[in-house]
Amino acid sequence: MSEDQESILRVDWDIPRKIYPPKVVTLASGEKLVIREIERGEVPPILEAIRPLLTVEKDYYDIVSARVYAELLGWYRYRVKNEYCLIGVVNGELAGLVNNRLVNEKVCMSLHTLALKRGGRIGAHLFAAKQEHAIENYSVDEVWVTAESPIGFRRWMVEWSLQPRPDLQHELGGVTVYVLTKENYYKLKPQKVFGERPVPEELYKESLNPKIIIPDIIRQQE
Amino acid sequence: MLRQVAVIGCGMTKFGRHDGKTLLEIMVEASLRAIDDAKIGERDVDAVYVSTMLSGELSNQTALGSALVDQLGLMPAAAHRLENGPASGGSAVKNACMAVASGFCDLVLVTGGEKMRHISGDRITDLISTMVHPTAEYVHGVTLPALAAMFTRLYMHRYGLKREHLAKVAIKNHANALKNPYAHIHQPITIEGILYAKEAEVNNPLVADPLRLFDCCPVTDGAASVVLCAAEIAKEFCDTPVIVAGLGQATDTLAVHEREDPTLLKAVQVASQKAFKMAKLTPADMDLAELHDAFTILEIAESEDSGFFAKGTGHKALEEDVTSLGGKLPINPSGGLKARGHPVGATGVAQIVELTWQLRGEAGGRQVQGAEKAYCCNFGGFGNNVISFVLTRRN
Repeated sequence: MSEDQESILRVDWDIPRKIYPPKVVTLASGEKLVIREIERGEVPPILEAIRPLLTVEKDYYDIVSARVYAELLGWYRYRVKNEYCLIGVVNGELAGLVNNRLVNEKVCMSLHTLALKRGGRIGAHLFAAKQEHAIENYSVDEVWVTAESPIGFRRWMVEWSLQPRPDLQHELGGVTVYVLTKENYYKLKPQKVFGERPVPEELYKESLNPKIIIPDIIRQQE
Repeated sequence: MLRQVAVIGCGMTKFGRHDGKTLLEIMVEASLRAIDDAKIGERDVDAVYVSTMLSGELSNQTALGSALVDQLGLMPAAAHRLENGPASGGSAVKNACMAVASGFCDLVLVTGGEKMRHISGDRITDLISTMVHPTAEYVHGVTLPALAAMFTRLYMHRYGLKREHLAKVAIKNHANALKNPYAHIHQPITIEGILYAKEAEVNNPLVADPLRLFDCCPVTDGAASVVLCAAEIAKEFCDTPVIVAGLGQATDTLAVHEREDPTLLKAVQVASQKAFKMAKLTPADMDLAELHDAFTILEIAESEDSGFFAKGTGHKALEEDVTSLGGKLPINPSGGLKARGHPVGATGVAQIVELTWQLRGEAGGRQVQGAEKAYCCNFGGFGNNVISFVLTRRN
């Protein structure tokens, strides 16, 4: 492809990017979950972690992983605007990831939450962190959320008491949008958003280049 | 009993989630393991007892006794399906024991199972709740977690029980389950992570105040099976038969509020007293116990009303690690319902399986050293139908 065409196709951030300050969360097991934002160059190994899930039908892992794979690849290849991705690392292992995309300075599109280690509420902490980033750091007014699985519906729509907004369409196939407003976020924050900052240096170092594990959903099927 | 009954074989599926298999298939799997373990060869099984609470509602299959006999090729064995709420498994074992003790049967198979994970939590909670009082409780939205929560509040008020005690039951049973390859939950938990850390609000969310996620058993698929025979012929099949030395069953009011003292589990008291009396043993003789900890509070309450500790002091025994593996009376070395899991119709049978493995010295990393006498309590409804067993190792 010529450089001219690439410059036409290429998109990147068109609003000022802000980096999520990493934090550490204590899990039920007592283990520490480090949540931090990744850079574009870290995407390839994350894609490797996701790839085995593309054909796992159980709990809708196939659709969620296929879509998040495409979204991260889109970001890596400069084909998606204003996307950010946070990862969760436990004991130096990649435990899960979440991503969002800022539509503009007022609205954030909630994309996906993918837990590789299950049963530790890692997805719940990661989901809270990505909305924390959207509302507290980017100061958007609303995050538009949807779910592809019943588990996702219970975790986000029910547990966060999100309200449906049928007048809006989510960019994930035009499904119904449930809105997390700034007001509701701050109301729920004391029960939903946790973590300590700064992350102790050793723990933070451990979260760099996390080890790619066999996701629990696959390990449990073996 | 007219003649003694022995457990000569046992088997289980892993408890957890069994996508792609039917309830009947997992029952067959557990049954074949028990039959192999019993080494009964070509010997005819006289009767098959199947326990399941919700097979019609959840698996669209009824009359599972007949189906299991057919699948195992055990015709013309008599076939039964028993439904007695969460005490279905205990009921099936009890009725099978009576068939053998009476001389009506020599060799019987008991298999309990349930498939529940494919149904939403809301639907499961509602279906389980259909066993509470229909007009005094159910119509008002009372669920089992709600009953357990009110029971816990009263316990806290009356006996000084604290959240830490409930958490300690969960932590202990999760730790035990890590040593049980058949357990549903293999997840270590800590007091910091589920109670003290700020994050505990998310890690361990509220279910029914004061009960939280880790106070409640999971929804589980699984099956468990035992082969029973007359003790007099048990040595023909195995070197280490386990004797059903005592059993007892009792009921209480369906509606919990009608009990004179709602914290007193009278049916547990009566059933355990009957079991100990029949066995000519006392609670102090027991080396371990499997209790029906569908909620953490129930392990504490049942440990008292079964006769192991005075009323209101079960939590103190917990504080002193009496009930931990390595303690004087390990409770729920399998992980209990809390972490081994609770496929409702299988639970009572799984308790007998665990006691048998323990008494044979085959419980692996969770083995209670030198175990010779063991007790279990299968708790139906909210304590309105309870079956207790005392098992002993025959030397």
